[in-house]
Amino acid sequence: MSDDGRAEAERAVADAHRREWAFVLAATARVAGDLDLAEECVQDAYVAALQAWTRDGVPRKPGAWLTTTARRKALDVLRRDQVFRTKMPLPAEPDEVPMDRPGDEAVPDDQLRLIFTCCHPALAREAQVALTLRLVCGVGTGDVARAFLLSEPTMAARVTRAKKKISAAAIPYRVPDAGELPERLDTVLTVIHLLYTTGHTAATGAELVRAELVERALGLARMLLVLMPDEAEVRGLLALLLLTDARRATRTDARGRLVLLEDQDRAAWDRAAIDEGGRLVQGAFRTGIAGRYALQAGIACLHATAADYAATDWRQILWLYDELLKVWPSPVVALNRAVALSMVLGPGAALDDVDALARDDRLATYHYLPAVRADLLRRLDRPGEAADAYRAALELAGNEAERAFLAARLAEVTGL
Amino acid sequence: MPQYGVLVYMPAPGDPMKISPAYEEALERYPAQVEELGGRGVAGYALQPSTTATAVRGGDFVTDGPFIEAKEVVAGFFILEAPDLDVALKIAKLNPVHLDGGGVEVRPLFEPPAE
Repeated sequence: MSDDGRAEAERAVADAHRREWAFVLAATARVAGDLDLAEECVQDAYVAALQAWTRDGVPRKPGAWLTTTARRKALDVLRRDQVFRTKMPLPAEPDEVPMDRPGDEAVPDDQLRLIFTCCHPALAREAQVALTLRLVCGVGTGDVARAFLLSEPTMAARVTRAKKKISAAAIPYRVPDAGELPERLDTVLTVIHLLYTTGHTAATGAELVRAELVERALGLARMLLVLMPDEAEVRGLLALLLLTDARRATRTDARGRLVLLEDQDRAAWDRAAIDEGGRLVQGAFRTGIAGRYALQAGIACLHATAADYAATDWRQILWLYDELLKVWPSPVVALNRAVALSMVLGPGAALDDVDALARDDRLATYHYLPAVRADLLRRLDRPGEAADAYRAALELAGNEAERAFLAARLAEVTGL
Repeated sequence: MPQYGVLVYMPAPGDPMKISPAYEEALERYPAQVEELGGRGVAGYALQPSTTATAVRGGDFVTDGPFIEAKEVVAGFFILEAPDLDVALKIAKLNPVHLDGGGVEVRPLFEPPAE
């Protein structure tokens, strides 16, 4: 065997791992009837692929090859161990047809089943996130652990516990019916969005892992849109991620310092991502029922397409925040609305709203609240109160880039 | 089919003689709803109020009251057979105890592993 063949096979396996893991695992899980068994068989299939593809060349459809191999392995285990199915049930309609026909492919529903199972509301949010990364994206447990600043054994225990619950409580491997779909889909979107924000504004350390989380979240949103092309909120989520991510490179300067939206280099924003995001937002709004992701994407779109900060359509943004508050009455949304309000009616009007929000316990440790308050006071030329608010924000902020920004503003208002 | 223990919690003391007329009426309809959703009630019991409970700890330490002091107490339980957790949760959501400020906990029954 040649080194070239080996290198080509390695590349193809790595590529198939990144692009087709969910597809292969999802199709295998339905046959295996158990996520643990499916995962094991899929891992074995990838190992087998490296050997076989080095020897015989890369197949025309690597995903189909892997699926067939993993399913065959699963069926072998099931045949050997007939009691398995009753011992570890994953309730799904098992395929009556043998799965060893070459070229037999997974239906898109398999991937949806996998996603909805990982994001089942009976699982804790952190378990949903970990399972999605591990099972849908095929990210190794060590990398999942690093992304969430946990030790590998802790993360492995979390994943195992979640898989055990799926099996013991008989969480079904199924796409929810129409009645449950909106609520269940919202959980899936929340998980993907959480993955993105964890990558986008992680509190500390590990740059590379975080960039990967952002890529994974975008990949998941894209995959979901292919699987559910008619869901406006899926469109909205992908748009929101693209429009936010288009500005990623300009959020910090060369020395890692935070750059405010108004000071960001708009020429460096990713135009292709903004265009794609903008088209998706329009598509989502055309359905007439804009949910919270589409509305947030609409806001991000107005920011991304404004010539500069002052030329931003703040009235339209304020209107979108009003709509957003109707579907998502969160104090964080209300705080962001106050910022928009300050741009339409001035900082004085917004300060009243922010002070009212300061009485909400849910925002007691939210450093953006004193940071926004400080900025409004600074703009109102009340430097003493602004300094107090910057100090309060500094006490709560954990992200180094944000702390440095707040410290600089504090120095500015105290004239030091 | 998987079996679940459904623990029904009510504000203490969870007196079955003092449930609201709405709850009582809804309870009449509940068994039919369970069947309709694809579940089967295997067995179920209501308990006397938690003021009648006695806790025994560490083998011989006897105290008046439920094992865990809380605002809500187990007021009853039933064994539910359902094809999967989604069906069990649909049935749990329909349990009328919420009309009296309560809720339920759904837990799969333990089956000793084969061998």
